[in-house]
Amino acid sequence: MDPRKLRNIKKAKNIAFYGIIGLLAAATLTVLIIIIGYILLNGFSHIDVEFLTQEPRKMGKEGGIFSVIIGTLYVTGVGILIATPIGIAAAIYFTEYAKEGKGVILIRFFTEILAGIPSIIFGLFGFAFFVIFLGMGWSVISGGLTLAMMVLPTLVRATEESLKTVPMSYREGSLSLGATKWQMITGVILPCCKPGILTGLILGIGRAIGESAAIMLTVGGSLRVPTSLFDSTRTMAVHLYTLASEGLSQEKTYATAALLILIVLVINGAANLISSKLGGSNGN
Amino acid sequence: MKTYEKAIEKVILLSAIMATISVGLITFFIFRSGLPVLLEYGIIDFIFGTTWSPTNGDYGILPLIAGTLSITIGSLIIGVPTGIACAVFLAEILQKKWAKAFKFSIELLAGIPSVVYGFFGLVVLIPAIREYILPIYQFFDPEVSQTGFSVLAGAVILAIMILPTIVSMSENSIAAVPVEFKEASLALGANKMETIVRVLIPAAKSGILSSIILGMGRAIGETMAVLLITGNMAKIPGTILDPVATLTGTIAMEMGYASPTHQQVLFAVGIVLFVVIMILNIIAQLSVRKIGGNA
Repeated sequence: MDPRKLRNIKKAKNIAFYGIIGLLAAATLTVLIIIIGYILLNGFSHIDVEFLTQEPRKMGKEGGIFSVIIGTLYVTGVGILIATPIGIAAAIYFTEYAKEGKGVILIRFFTEILAGIPSIIFGLFGFAFFVIFLGMGWSVISGGLTLAMMVLPTLVRATEESLKTVPMSYREGSLSLGATKWQMITGVILPCCKPGILTGLILGIGRAIGESAAIMLTVGGSLRVPTSLFDSTRTMAVHLYTLASEGLSQEKTYATAALLILIVLVINGAANLISSKLGGSNGN
Repeated sequence: MKTYEKAIEKVILLSAIMATISVGLITFFIFRSGLPVLLEYGIIDFIFGTTWSPTNGDYGILPLIAGTLSITIGSLIIGVPTGIACAVFLAEILQKKWAKAFKFSIELLAGIPSVVYGFFGLVVLIPAIREYILPIYQFFDPEVSQTGFSVLAGAVILAIMILPTIVSMSENSIAAVPVEFKEASLALGANKMETIVRVLIPAAKSGILSSIILGMGRAIGETMAVLLITGNMAKIPGTILDPVATLTGTIAMEMGYASPTHQQVLFAVGIVLFVVIMILNIIAQLSVRKIGGNA
């Protein structure tokens, strides 16, 4: 074939290749902007003081979502409070105590597997175990415990990543000064990892707030402000589902969705900020 | 002091095996709640039965499997090429500082709650399907379902939801290809496109593959988004505009009002879902491990 023709074909191929990739990447970005933009634009104007501070009336058709916000805080708080110490301790085990062997590989493997279990299965489990078997009923505590299991892998992974970045010399230095292993961990290693742990925590909170299928089966859907751990309540994500599927109020649905998106934006922004700061201060 | 340290070590070990205990408990309780009714009804009848009508005692989940499968395959058809393109764009084409912003956008996409995706599908995608896709389809098939709640809607929303999984894992494995591979290819006179297509992507194959498997697991397990937009009709779909019910959606929707037997049946549906996802996850984990070994 004529070499010039060959070069032209090559050129055309190149253009098509970069064109398609650029197009698909641009499409992805556009979809993200449309989703966030559409929901914020339609919902933002309906978020006001009344919406945030009044209790829902007529199943959420009127009034605000105060009790739902409180319910979300309760369930998320319980879940994170339970999962955080366990997650940090598990990560400490993997980086500081575990000796490579079959057992450790297996424990790691199951931590990854736990991360892949879909939320509806967590919901079924939480319903069978916490709600029925342990007799906790549809409650904040049933939902919190279920959530704790769901966010555990996220916390372990984030903490472990940041524990790994602590230089070996810190450990050696601390031990050579006569510190015990535990003193070394609490006095030297954990303080170095604060930003990393915080990032994991924030991402865990994000996942917990957005969760709906598992919460629906374990917390129920009561619209009253929960006063004890054993009360049923409703989280924002579940509330959004109920409003959307029953078509109760367009306004309130958009407002709830917009609030959820706002929280996601703030959470991801914060996590990103902290982890980029971490990257900057790693040198010291 | 020594005993104190030893005690702490035990507590830490216990925390580390908490995830393993959780997986064990989940497996045990899902099976305990669903297995008796599954065995009583017959596994074959359960999986291959074509009628799902729990109030009449018909527990054939083939329509639910078909529903889940159709939207999952649809989402992979849309999501996999897009995801790989984004990964290549991120790893090889985009400048570092822009890549960071693009990565953040993908993370945002992963952070949006699934019920928000469902709501977005409900208010934007379904009217759009009714408005633009339906007339074209009706031209060929006047009988087609007209609601917009469909396989297509589910597939599109799921494709967006699995993108972050595919992009981030594929990007990692493309970036993990040794730089010598790239240099050798360029030194042999290949241009950048040829290097990407013939060297980088094949070398990152197993990572990309496991990202697809994980994405597939996510699509199969997704509940709330799908529940709001697929129409929840337990019938084997004939066209992409037919409404379908999925395994997950059926569990979430019917659990609230189910009778005790019906509840056990929903747990049996959970067993099927659980086994499928476990198999996918284990395959993905094992192939990820293999890459680790090669690198």
